[in-house]
Amino acid sequence: MKGRSLYLDGVTVVFDGFRALNNLSLVVEPGELRAIIGPNGAGKTTMMDVITGKTRPTSGTVRFGDMDLTRLDEPTIANLGIGRKFQKPTVFDDLTVFENIELALKAPRGPIACIKWHLTGEAADRIGQVMTEVGLVERAHDPAGILSHGQRQWLEIGMLLAQDPELLLVDEPVAGMTDAETEHTAAMLVGIAGKRSVVVVEHDLEFVRALGRRVTVLHEGSVLSEGSIDHVQNDPRVIEVYLGR
Amino acid sequence: MSIALTAPPPSRMRLGIRTGLIIAVLLLAALPILNMLPRDSAFHVSDFIVSVTGKWICYAVLALSLDLAWGYAGILSLGHGAFFALGGYAMGMHLMRLIGPRGAYGHPVLPDFMVFLGYTELPWFWHGFQSFPYAMLMVMLVPGALALVVGFLAFRSRITGVYLSILTQAMTYALMLAFFRNDMGFGGNNGFTDFKELLGMPLGTPSARAVLFYASLVLLVGSMLLCAALTRTKYGRVLTAIRDAESRARFLGYDTTRHKLFAFVLSAMLAGLAGALYVPQVGIINPGEFSPGNSIEAVIWVAVGGRGTLVGALLGAFSVNALKTWLTSAAPDLWLFALGGLFVAVTLFLPRGLIGLFDRVKKGRGA
Repeated sequence: MKGRSLYLDGVTVVFDGFRALNNLSLVVEPGELRAIIGPNGAGKTTMMDVITGKTRPTSGTVRFGDMDLTRLDEPTIANLGIGRKFQKPTVFDDLTVFENIELALKAPRGPIACIKWHLTGEAADRIGQVMTEVGLVERAHDPAGILSHGQRQWLEIGMLLAQDPELLLVDEPVAGMTDAETEHTAAMLVGIAGKRSVVVVEHDLEFVRALGRRVTVLHEGSVLSEGSIDHVQNDPRVIEVYLGR
Repeated sequence: MSIALTAPPPSRMRLGIRTGLIIAVLLLAALPILNMLPRDSAFHVSDFIVSVTGKWICYAVLALSLDLAWGYAGILSLGHGAFFALGGYAMGMHLMRLIGPRGAYGHPVLPDFMVFLGYTELPWFWHGFQSFPYAMLMVMLVPGALALVVGFLAFRSRITGVYLSILTQAMTYALMLAFFRNDMGFGGNNGFTDFKELLGMPLGTPSARAVLFYASLVLLVGSMLLCAALTRTKYGRVLTAIRDAESRARFLGYDTTRHKLFAFVLSAMLAGLAGALYVPQVGIINPGEFSPGNSIEAVIWVAVGGRGTLVGALLGAFSVNALKTWLTSAAPDLWLFALGGLFVAVTLFLPRGLIGLFDRVKKGRGA
C-alpha cells in the first residue's frame, strides 16, 4: 500500500460572506474508511470540492501526502489518485457501460495517448472485472443513458474502481437505493477500504452504522464531533444540532 | 476472465452508410468526366453543375470540420467561417503573387490593389506566398494558430455554451471588419480576384475545373476518413464525454482544455484547407466570407444533417446547399425565410437531423 494521508487544517471557504467551511480540520489515515455526516449546509460537499480542486479555500492547508492540493486543478488531483463520486450520478450517457469504464481506467490521459490507445487483453480483463464487481456485466454494451438510477450509481462506483485511486470521495452513494442495495454498497465500501482510503458523505444513519467505522459530524462548516457512531449519537451537541431534530 | 469482452461494439458507421458514401463519392467523381462528353449527349453534365458541386464539396469539408468541434467536442462555433475564409485568403495571396507582371498595372511584384493604394513595397507578411508549399502551410497554420489562441483563452477560462458561441461569432465579425480596411494589406472590401494560374495551370479552363474538383473530392474523402478514424479511437469517446459532462471528465483526470483545444485546432485546419480549395474555384475571396451569416449557415448544415455523426454533416451540407442553389434562382426572396424555417423545423421535429430520420424509418420498418 502506498499510504498517503489526507490532511485538512484550518480550512475556510467564504462565498459572498457566507462561511461554507469554517476552520475545518480533518485527517484521514491511509486505508481508513471515514463517514462524514451533518445536516444540509454543513459543508460536506464544499469539503469535497476543496479536496478535488473544484473550489479554492479562502485560507487553510489541504495536503495529500506531501502534495499541496490547493495549488492543483481537478485533472491533476484526479491523476494524483483521488477519485470522486458525485451525489447525483454522472456517467456519460452516450457511451456504453464498457466505454464509461474504459475512460475511467488508469491510463495516460493526453489527446495523443488517447488516439494511440488500443484495448489490450489486460485492460479488457480489468474492465470485465470491474463490471463484475458492480454487477453490470450483462449491460456492458448498453448506453449508460438507459440504465436505472441504481445501476448508474453502480457504474459510477465502477468507474471509481477502474480509476484505481488511493483515496475515494463518495458523496451520498445510497441516495435513492433500496435497502438491499444499500447493504450491498456498505459491504462493498468496507471491502474497498484497507486497500484505499475512503471518505463517505451520507445522510442515512443506518448506512453509516452498517459501515461501522469512525464518524465525523460536520456542522456549519467545522467539525462538531468525531468518534464511533455510538459516541457521536450520544454526544449532546450532535443531538442538539442534528440527530435531535 | 471468461466473459467475452473483446472490444466495444462495432463502429457506428454502419455498412449501409458506408456503401452509400462510396456510391456518392463515385457519382461525384463521374461529374467532370460526364462534363467532357459532347453537349448533345444525354449524359452530358453542364459546366455549372461541375463548378457548383465543387463548391459544395468544399462546404461539406467545412461542415465536417464543424461537426468534429460541435458534434463531438460540444464546441458550438459560430465563427467557423473565419477559419474557412483565412484558408481562402492564404490561398488567395498565393494566387495574387502568381499573377506577377500580368496585372492591369503591370507591376512586376505588387498586386494591382497595392499599386492602386500606393504601396511601394510588399508588406512583410506577403513574403513567401509566391511559394506553393509555403502557402499551403499557411492555409493550415493561420487558421490553426487563431483557433489555438482563441481556444486556449476561452477553454482555460472555462467559457462554454452560448458564451463560447458568442465569442466565436465576435471573432469572425471582428475579422470581417478588419479585412474590410484597405490598410490591412488584404485588398479591403474588394479582396482578391483576377487569378491567372495555379501550379502552372491556367484557371477557368475545363481541365483546371476538373483538377480542382478532384482535389476537393480527395480532401473530402481524406477528411472523412481522418475524422471517422479519430472519433472511433478512445480520443473520440473522450470528446463525447467532455461534450456531455465536462466536469465529470475533469474529475476522471482528463485535462479537458487540452482535449478541446486539440479538436478545435484540427477542425480549424480542415476548415482552412476547404477554404483554400474553394477560392480558386469561385475565383474570388473578399471579407464577405467572414460574415457571421456564413458561419451560422454552416451550423445549420450540420444541424439539418444530424450532428455528431460526420455523415450527417456531409448530407446536410449537400442538401441545404442544393436547396439554396435552387431556391435562390427560383425565388430569391424566400431563401432566408426558408433557411430560418428549416433550422426551426429541424430543431423542433428532427433533433437528430436527417440521419435521425433515416434511423427512425428503418426502425419503423423493422418493428
